[in-house]
Amino acid sequence: MIETLKAMEFTPFLLSFKLAFITTAILFVISLPLSWYLSQTRSKMKPLIEAVTALPIVLPPSVLGFYILWALSQNSALGVFLEENFGIQLVFNFTGLVVASCFYSLPFMVQPLQSGFESLNKNMLEASYISGKSKLTTILKVALPNIKPALLTAIIVTFAHTVGEFGVVLMVGGSIPGETKVASVAIYEMVEIMDYSSAHIYSIIMLLISFAVLLTVYIFNHKYRMKIGIR
Amino acid sequence: MIKIDIVKVLQGAKGEMKLSVNVDIEEGEFLALSGVSGSGKTTLLRILSGLESAKGTVTVGNEVWLDDKRSLAPQKRKIGYVFQDYALFPNMTVIENLLFVNKDQALADRLLELTALNDMKERLPHTLSGGQQQRVSMCRAMMNRPKLLLMDEPLSALDPQMRTKLQDEILKLHKEFGTTTIMVSHDPSEIYRLASRVLVLEEGKVINDGNPKEVLLKTQGSQKFSFEGELLDITKVDVIYIAIVSIGQQLVEVVVSSDEAKNLKIGQSVRVSTKAFAPMIV
Repeated sequence: MIETLKAMEFTPFLLSFKLAFITTAILFVISLPLSWYLSQTRSKMKPLIEAVTALPIVLPPSVLGFYILWALSQNSALGVFLEENFGIQLVFNFTGLVVASCFYSLPFMVQPLQSGFESLNKNMLEASYISGKSKLTTILKVALPNIKPALLTAIIVTFAHTVGEFGVVLMVGGSIPGETKVASVAIYEMVEIMDYSSAHIYSIIMLLISFAVLLTVYIFNHKYRMKIGIR
Repeated sequence: MIKIDIVKVLQGAKGEMKLSVNVDIEEGEFLALSGVSGSGKTTLLRILSGLESAKGTVTVGNEVWLDDKRSLAPQKRKIGYVFQDYALFPNMTVIENLLFVNKDQALADRLLELTALNDMKERLPHTLSGGQQQRVSMCRAMMNRPKLLLMDEPLSALDPQMRTKLQDEILKLHKEFGTTTIMVSHDPSEIYRLASRVLVLEEGKVINDGNPKEVLLKTQGSQKFSFEGELLDITKVDVIYIAIVSIGQQLVEVVVSSDEAKNLKIGQSVRVSTKAFAPMIV
């Protein structure tokens, strides 16, 4: 057992967490204005944008992976454009994985933030505008501090969801050790070559980390609600 | 001088309603806005604060807040707005709520002193009582020294004693800062105590405009007093009928004839008045 552990390669885990960290950071920056817009707008376009944002939840990862693969490859105008002008190739490398993960995990960041913003007292936001504060100041100083549970849920669930993704990463990134072979893909390969003891170790680590993350979120939200007096 | 001449079509409970208001307000005036719910009072306040759009013009002194071409953003109007639900920032302490508007520590201290909130400075809003929260909300509204203070039924969620206490504080702030104040209120005694002028709105139109005494005192001719109330019950006692009417927070018995009793329906709004009468105030 100890020897198996010593011989284990943990790069896939590091890769998974690096991918999740970068994806979460990028998505936070993108989703903040998007979810704010969705929470405040009365535009007829809102359902359309909401539907597009939610697509990754219902689409099979293979469908999403296929489109991303196609769009970023040399078969599409976008892929050719990126290659010719910037010399960037986005398939079967880490950057491509980040792009794919951003699409895949978008709803997990946008939806909690949006419902958090929607739950805020409109009069409170208006009180901030009337006090002379800009939208940006209002979002940073009034809106965000009052949706801490939603904020934490969005960040943690996006992170955890990116660590847990499989189909999209496999299609867009393949399984290049040290580059695109993340933990979930590594487990799949171990099972394929019938290396069950390694698969067990990887799987139990994934299970424990995921559980710890979710437990932290729920404990925090519970404590926060008690603190501000909502039950 | 604040000149308001605005029109806006609203979707009300009874279908479309046109809010059309044309009034001039003197500087330093305390104006009460009255009328049944859905008559457009809150919308008028929101238009004045720039939170809602409308056609027409609003000018305050030499500044144009609204005309055909532009509408000054709420951020630039320098008004104070007191919401019915207080709308304090729950993540900030009392003093932080005030300083968020304007970093004027001296002014914040003075306001908290005036409203006896000094000891509550470091408390978070949800630990305060309703009356205390409303005082914080009034102080916050005064923090950018508004030319125009708008209050939307500020005291309606409070009990009668607290209401009277806060009325004094509203008056104190209004006088101290020399602001022009517009307050939505349903309570005649509140309007009488605070306002120098009342506008009554109905279906989006101003149907009455005058000083509170003219508008609110509903006695006619030689009547000495006249109260409006809800008829709760009529009982027959021997040969007479006794009507039980709820006026304000109190129940009153009034003797009515059998003819009168026939014409009255339980639940309807009635007016109780008398002529020759020498009341005692104890």
